[in-house]
Parts: sequence; structure tokens; C-alpha cells
Amino acid sequence: MFKWLHPYAKPETVYHLCGRLMPWLMGTALLLLLLGNIWGLAFTPPDYQQGDSYRIIHLHVPAAIMSMGTYSAMAIAAFIALVWQVKVAQWSVLAIAPIGAVYTAIALITGMAWGKPMWGTWWVWDARLTSELILLFLYLGVIALSGAFSDRQTGAKVASLLAVVGVINLPIIHFSVEWWNTLHQGASITKFAKPSIDPSMLWPLLISILAFKILMLALLCVRLRTAILVNEQHRPWVKAMAGD
Amino acid sequence: MYFQSWAEFWAMGGYGLFVWLSFGSSYVLLAALVWYSQYQHKQFKRQLSAKLAREKRLQQYQEQTH
Repeated sequence: MFKWLHPYAKPETVYHLCGRLMPWLMGTALLLLLLGNIWGLAFTPPDYQQGDSYRIIHLHVPAAIMSMGTYSAMAIAAFIALVWQVKVAQWSVLAIAPIGAVYTAIALITGMAWGKPMWGTWWVWDARLTSELILLFLYLGVIALSGAFSDRQTGAKVASLLAVVGVINLPIIHFSVEWWNTLHQGASITKFAKPSIDPSMLWPLLISILAFKILMLALLCVRLRTAILVNEQHRPWVKAMAGD
Repeated sequence: MYFQSWAEFWAMGGYGLFVWLSFGSSYVLLAALVWYSQYQHKQFKRQLSAKLAREKRLQQYQEQTH
């Protein structure tokens, strides 16, 4: 399997693969996002307790789930970069961090706009909200650290180390609603039980989650290609491609 | 459609401000990220081909003079 995988660690291969995949991923993501959100906004019944304010769920939950999913992806890339010194993995860490930061910011902003009418406050320092805020700081920390050293390699390594150590925050976010008393509700969709949300609301939500996931991949493709060009600009294959 | 009229749709049962604040700010953030990522890529490609063209001209000039 590793023999089959190995060519994919070659920057030139990844550059062209990402270039081919990107338009399809971007198009699919935007279509699914439109579909999921319009369905969720206009074609589902209101919640029996929260009225129409619950429609924020169609951005809040996808952004929150994928803020954690993106972090896992970043941490796996960071681990591969630290242990096996795969260059493409190293560049992926820095390419993916801003995507995760934006997703986390969306989860926090939509959460605040949902919290105000439902809880009566924009923000409380409870476990779920605080740990998600720490996730935003972890992303910003990875971005800041990577640029804080005059040697780009050292910066990338330290940033990867932070990304790997920060994984400890993921289970804290996930279980925060069970471990501590909180205003935030528990999970409505779990792997092991039937979802406690009506199917008419669940389908557009699942579509939006998928849209955020594919959008993350599309953005990673764009940003990784830039990183590959920046780091390989003195290699013959880049010169041959950009020269003419 | 679940709503009876457009006015009802925009009002979101009285929660319009919060719903549209969420959707508005999220779309702005996502659009900015998509635009900036693609802008960065194109910008660097332009710079790189300009640099390579400059090097090429320099090389041709040196070959002519020597």
C-alpha cells in the first residue's frame, strides 16, 4: 500500500491532482451548500420550541462539526510531517489552518446569534463555548507560530507540534456538554443512536455538513497548490510550467 | 415553501435579525476565504512568471554581450 501511496507524496503529482480535483470539489460544495441552506431556510417546518430561530442550525452545526474535523485533518498532517518528514504534509498543515479558523469563527458567530434569542445572552463562559474558543486560538496559534521564525522550516515544525498537542482539545469540546453543566444542548446526531431530530430537518442539515466538508477539501486544494509553488519555485518542473 | 409570503420569510417569525445575521456573516467569511485563497494563488503565479521572464531576459542579454 505504501508503495502505491508514495508517489502521492511528490509535490508535482499533488499539484496537478489538486488542480484537476479543485473545480469539481468547489462546484459540488457550493451546489450542496445552496441546496442544504435553501431547503433548511424555506422548506422545513419551524421548531416547536424555538420557532424559526432554529434555522441557524443549518450553518452552526456544519461549521462546528467541520471545525473539529478540519482540526483532526490538520493534526494528522502535522503528525505525518513531524514523524516521516513528508514535505507535502508539512505544507498542508499551514494550508488548512486558515480554513479551520474560519469554520470555527462561523460556529462561534452563529452560536452567539442563536444564543441571544434562545438563552438571553450572546456569550457565556461555559465549557462548550470556551473550548470552541480555545479551538479558534489553537488555529490562530498555528498560523502565528508558522510565521514567527525567520527560518520557515523551524516555524512549520513548531506549528505542527502545537497542532498535534492541541488534539487534546477535541475530546474536551465533544464531551463538554456531558462532563459539565452547560446551557448548550447535547448532541442531536450521534453514531450510535437514532438522531433526536425529525427527518424533515435532518436531511438538509446532513447536506450542509457534507457541503462544508467538500468545501474544506476544495479550499485545501487551492491553498496547497500555492504552498507547493512557493516552496518549489526553484525546481525545474515549476520553472518549466510557469516559464511559458 | 413553508412560508406564506416573502415578508414572512424575511421576518423569520420575529427572529429575522438573528437568522440573517448568522447567514450573512457566514457567507461573507466563506466568500472572503474562497476569494482570498484563489487570489493568493493567481498573484503568486503572476509574480513567479514575471521573475522567470526577467531571469530569461538577463540571460539573453549576457549571452549577447559576451
